[in-house]
Amino acid sequence: MSDKSHDPNQMTGAAMIVRALIDHGVTDIFGYPGGAVLPIYDEIFQQSEVQHILVRHEQGAGHAAEGYARSTGKPGVALVTSGPGATNMVTPLTDALMDSIPLVCISGQVPTHLIGNDAFQECDTVGITRPCTKHNWLVRDVNDLAKVLHEAFYVATSGRPGPVLVDVPKDVQFATGTYHPPRKSDVHRSYAPRVKGDAAQIRKAVALLANAKRPVIYSGGGVINSGPEATKLLRELVEVTGFPITSTLMGLGAYPASGKNWLGMLGMHGTYEANMTMHDCDVMLCVGARFDDRITGRVDAFSPGSKKIHIDIDPSSINKNIRVDVPIIGDCGNVLGDILQVFKAEAKKPDIKAWWQQIAQWRARNSLYYRKSNDVILPQHAIQSLFEATRGKDTYITTEVGQHQMWAAQFFGFEEPHRWMTSGGLGTMGYGLPAAVGVQVAHPDSLVIDIAGDASVQMTMQEMSTAVQYELPIKIFILNNQYMGMVRQWQQLLHGNRLSHSYSEALPDFVKLAEAYGGVGIQVHKPGDLDGAIQEMISVKRPVLFDCRVAALENCFPMIPSGKAHNEMLLPEQANDEATAKAFAGGKALV
Amino acid sequence: MNQPASAYFIEERHDPNETHTLSVLVQNEPGVLARVIGLFSGRGYNIESLTVSETESQKHLSRITIVTTGTPMVIVQIKHQLDRMIPVYRVVDMTLTKRSIERELAMVKVRGQGEHRVEALRLADAFRARVIDATTESFVFEITGNTDKINQFIDLMRPLGLVEVSRTGVAAIGRGPEGM
Ligand SMILES: Cc1ncc(C[n+]2csc(CCOP(=O)(O)OP(=O)(O)O)c2C)c(N)n1
Ligand SMILES: [Mg+2]
Repeated sequence: MSDKSHDPNQMTGAAMIVRALIDHGVTDIFGYPGGAVLPIYDEIFQQSEVQHILVRHEQGAGHAAEGYARSTGKPGVALVTSGPGATNMVTPLTDALMDSIPLVCISGQVPTHLIGNDAFQECDTVGITRPCTKHNWLVRDVNDLAKVLHEAFYVATSGRPGPVLVDVPKDVQFATGTYHPPRKSDVHRSYAPRVKGDAAQIRKAVALLANAKRPVIYSGGGVINSGPEATKLLRELVEVTGFPITSTLMGLGAYPASGKNWLGMLGMHGTYEANMTMHDCDVMLCVGARFDDRITGRVDAFSPGSKKIHIDIDPSSINKNIRVDVPIIGDCGNVLGDILQVFKAEAKKPDIKAWWQQIAQWRARNSLYYRKSNDVILPQHAIQSLFEATRGKDTYITTEVGQHQMWAAQFFGFEEPHRWMTSGGLGTMGYGLPAAVGVQVAHPDSLVIDIAGDASVQMTMQEMSTAVQYELPIKIFILNNQYMGMVRQWQQLLHGNRLSHSYSEALPDFVKLAEAYGGVGIQVHKPGDLDGAIQEMISVKRPVLFDCRVAALENCFPMIPSGKAHNEMLLPEQANDEATAKAFAGGKALV
Repeated sequence: MNQPASAYFIEERHDPNETHTLSVLVQNEPGVLARVIGLFSGRGYNIESLTVSETESQKHLSRITIVTTGTPMVIVQIKHQLDRMIPVYRVVDMTLTKRSIERELAMVKVRGQGEHRVEALRLADAFRARVIDATTESFVFEITGNTDKINQFIDLMRPLGLVEVSRTGVAAIGRGPEGM
């Protein structure tokens, strides 16, 4: 028998968790303590390599970890207790699953011998989170813990990234076992995401691209997830081919908004030129996007005349909603590299002058037009002013969900990836404030702004307290229209303007609220005061709640109405009452 | 087109359904069956039959056979969705290989006397069903075969005093020397 007492790899499960975090390069985690994770918190207390950020609600920990992950490209880590701690993580886990965000959640569980007994703060965490994680584990033996933790990091960050959860019973945290550093054999042999695209498919794709008359590149969050190389290659491909490019909500920033080939975002609230280009193109190159229903509109009328190339690391994304002609399974960066290489060797820039002329006509429709006012701040104008004021600054934007989110996507120009954090797939109100906390932790000296709505921001407002505690100078820029604006807009357009429960009654005084938390409150009503107030917000090095009072009944346009195709968008200048009623006919239109 | 008041595209597409048998090789670990079943219920896929058992105990491998129905696009989705689960090694569409053998086993209890009893025995013989339990007023038959054969046998037993049936669901394997 060997003497194990001096073996440095002998340690408790709780110590293994902290050690594994360090071995995976984790410097910051977001969490909330409770009975079933006290041994882990004890370990955290006795070291200084991993900084723990105490949130005010576990959902906040999850979204903060998401913001951290999306702004750094590294996995975000959350630590929660059993029962309610774990159930409070369900929303962020689902959010991260929908948006392919690498997230590692460690949850405490009641001791193994109590599992299944309805013990205090017991819940079936792996059962509850199975459909909202990429994979999850319940660790029953301390000697499995190191392997599972390493595999968890690998699964979260490789292939199509996503959230994972490791559930660790309290007795396993106390038990002593053998730790080992990460190694290849920690991972299931059955898990081997495909990275390299098929060479024959890549040739087919290049042949289509080289002969295109009316091409478009449609990129998504996959390009950003793939890393800086993919972004670089995407930009190079646009340069080499001269093709127009649009992107999903999740993909903003992969191609710079100031780039000359940029069409703006596509989809339900995308630009006219982006959606018309998609509709009329003859070759579509989809890179790391998934033909979501907010993108396609009516599927049987989606880009009817085009040959479609689809690059995705997840085979299940291919042919799910839209049938494509040339699927390429692989990592965006890798496949783009191969496409570029073949294109440069064998093809030359296609002549698409006529196509650009057509696009110029669509652009001239100026689909993001809105009528400015001297009396009341238009929300679009507020975003534009914010954008102008932050130009050239090291800025990160998060959002909540609603009209303000769409206006932010339309009017804030992103030049770089990882600068735009929004809940796309799940559309989680309450995402933006805690996400901003996470972003600011990762980038302490940057300007981090949550573009918020008056309703959304109240869902996770408590994280203001976290921001104050850790001196995170996040800016919460509330487009306060005193409505759940997006809900009100749908009710107006689709439900006879019966505004059922969409008015934000009894709103708090956001200035006083900010002060109550120990932050700074700013309120603006007049367009003339806006720029000065934004400057003040930026210069304050403390958390700010910015109550920007905007026009209450402004609608978000352009918009693809119900059951309509991309070429049947409703543009702002047409959106008078009569046209709107007609476009949405089928609804009991009183608009 | 009559679209209700929604910004979603609600009209469904109606491609014809197909039935496929899928063999899925998985790591035999806690929760793996729950993952597979959860995928089917969560995404609204059909399960006509599902069987599972460990097939290689040293390697901790189990084989799941699933019979499912859906449009061709949905069937492809199901395969990809299964394939991307972490503990899944391989998914083979046995229906597409066109070289698979499918069998299930049923135990069929029939109660009756006189002519009915004699007739049940005679039919069992014709279907190569074995008697595995008998009393003076009942039989339990064991029958293996493909799903159609078993359905047919059960239909024939119904008027002869069918009491109950227990079926294993379909197991499938490819013909020829190669494994999956
Ligand atoms: C957690 C959650 N609940 C409900 C919804 C549905 N929803 C989408 S937008 C919205 C209104 C958002 O209002 P606000 O935050 O004020 O933003 P606005 O649209 O006014 O800009 C609601 C209720 C949601 N997306 N998330
Ligand atoms: Mg609002």
